Amino acid sequence: METYSLLREFADSWVLLALFAFFVGVILFVMRPGSTKVYRDVADIPFRHDEKPALRERDAQEA
Amino acid sequence: MSNYFKLIALGLVALLAMIAANYGRDLAYQVNAITVALAALITFVYVLRRTGEPSVPTDQTRYLDGVVRYGVIATAGWGVVGFLVGVIIAFQLAFPVLNLEWAQGYLNFGKLRPLHTSAVIFAFGGNALLATSFYVVQRTSAARLWGGNLAWFVFWGYQLVIVLAATGYILGATHGKEYAEPEWYVDLWLTIVWVAYLLVFMGTIMKRKERHIYVANWFYLSFILTVAMLHIVNNIAIPVSIFGSKSVQVFSGVQDAMTQWWYGHNAVGFFLTAGFLGMMYYFVPKQAERPVFSYKLSIIHFWALIFLYIWAGPHHLHYTALPDWASTLGMVFSVVLWMPSWGGMINGLMTLSGAWDKLRTDPIIRMMVISIGFYGMSTFEGPMMSIRAVNSLSHYTDWTIGHVHSGALGWNGMITFGALYFLVPKLWNRERLYSLSLVSWHFWLATIGIILYAASMWVTGIMEGLMWREVDANGFLVNSFADTVGAKFPMYVVRGLGGLMFLSGALIMCYNLWMTVRAAPRVESANHLVPAE
Repeated sequence: METYSLLREFADSWVLLALFAFFVGVILFVMRPGSTKVYRDVADIPFRHDEKPALRERDAQEA
Repeated sequence: MSNYFKLIALGLVALLAMIAANYGRDLAYQVNAITVALAALITFVYVLRRTGEPSVPTDQTRYLDGVVRYGVIATAGWGVVGFLVGVIIAFQLAFPVLNLEWAQGYLNFGKLRPLHTSAVIFAFGGNALLATSFYVVQRTSAARLWGGNLAWFVFWGYQLVIVLAATGYILGATHGKEYAEPEWYVDLWLTIVWVAYLLVFMGTIMKRKERHIYVANWFYLSFILTVAMLHIVNNIAIPVSIFGSKSVQVFSGVQDAMTQWWYGHNAVGFFLTAGFLGMMYYFVPKQAERPVFSYKLSIIHFWALIFLYIWAGPHHLHYTALPDWASTLGMVFSVVLWMPSWGGMINGLMTLSGAWDKLRTDPIIRMMVISIGFYGMSTFEGPMMSIRAVNSLSHYTDWTIGHVHSGALGWNGMITFGALYFLVPKLWNRERLYSLSLVSWHFWLATIGIILYAASMWVTGIMEGLMWREVDANGFLVNSFADTVGAKFPMYVVRGLGGLMFLSGALIMCYNLWMTVRAAPRVESANHLVPAE
């Protein structure tokens, strides 16, 4: 089998499936239980360190 | 110590560039070589003056904002240059006599057109992306830029790319690939600069103090990575001579065309969309003073957009030698792409929910909102035009030009202006902008300018498409090509006027920003002395 046909076979089947599964996975991951609270905190990131860098690691939970 | 190595390297570069200028086979190559030699010599003197001085350790408790300031100035400056060249070529199309006889071969439409597209996309848009990405990644990672002065190298290296490309175009060095015109040595230099850019950005994200990578950084990162990939693949070419600017593409025929439009459309998708969405996800919440409408939607928006955009390129090649399945694939993905685009638009617009009253009082928010509006409009128009039947009418006509400009002037231009108005008072420590009423003037001039532009191009594009396909009862074409050109004249004048209004708006912005730095009151220092009770 020539390389093109072989790659095409893969692209049309398993790779397509993998990409689609990844995408569905992203949506499910985003909707996971408890995500609303995390994302509410995360969405506030632009309002936290306007003037200077933080000195130490910040936990997402501590808010 | 490292300064000595820098000096040796810079001296060698200058020497080699001068040798190259001496042996250069064409004018463009020689001028570019001299430019490189000059740049190396200036940097040499700059480094030399600092050699042997005690080195000051970088202050990790402060952000690196100097490079952002320079980026803001470069954005505004290149913007005016790019818009001006655009206005000139618009009037050259309306009044061919403006292709001046004495400047033939240098300043005629064919030479100025790539200068205009590269100046607005890569010089104006590129500097806006550099400046805002450096600003945003520091604030959202709560960390200073990684790599010490590497960010400065990225900034100046990128300006050198712009100068080499622009002078090369005028003197005739071009790949002949749309939006990828720079020749092989500029491509190589851009690759080095871009890798440095990636390192600075990734390095800053790696040493972030926030646990989560804010969504704007995801968009910026995808823009940097994808542009690197696109740039390298589309510019695979073999130089004819090391002392000449001409190179030959490795791909040929339909493969070359497909690679080019895979590049071309993703330059729109990742340079002009993903990167600018990064701006939207930071500056719109900041200016509205409320977090993004839905963070979950922003993540889905991101993955959907990058999964779909990469496939949309073939819609540029309907009814060509490209296989039907490929152009159908491109068309289908372009239509599906409509959804994530509008998801992002809704997310941006709804960030204002509960704060819509700001539209009345804050012209900067108004600018950002209209830019998101134009984003929504052109991401509806684009999928529609990618449908094969519609494309058979719209392709090769001015409708395409109108579509591009409603996206570029409306979406990219307006969100950049909004970001500049936000950034300048912050970066120069000013309480506020010099004049909000000048911002309003800019807003209305730009908006009406875009409307004149887009509307005249719709009319002339559809008219032209219909005239081209009109056949009489015997199956003969009714119109000659020159008939269509003659019929378009009034719309070309309207388009030029629209461009002129957009340019005047940008000039007003430059004046306003200049006066903000010079005359607006300073922010009271946060740690000023408090009198004892």
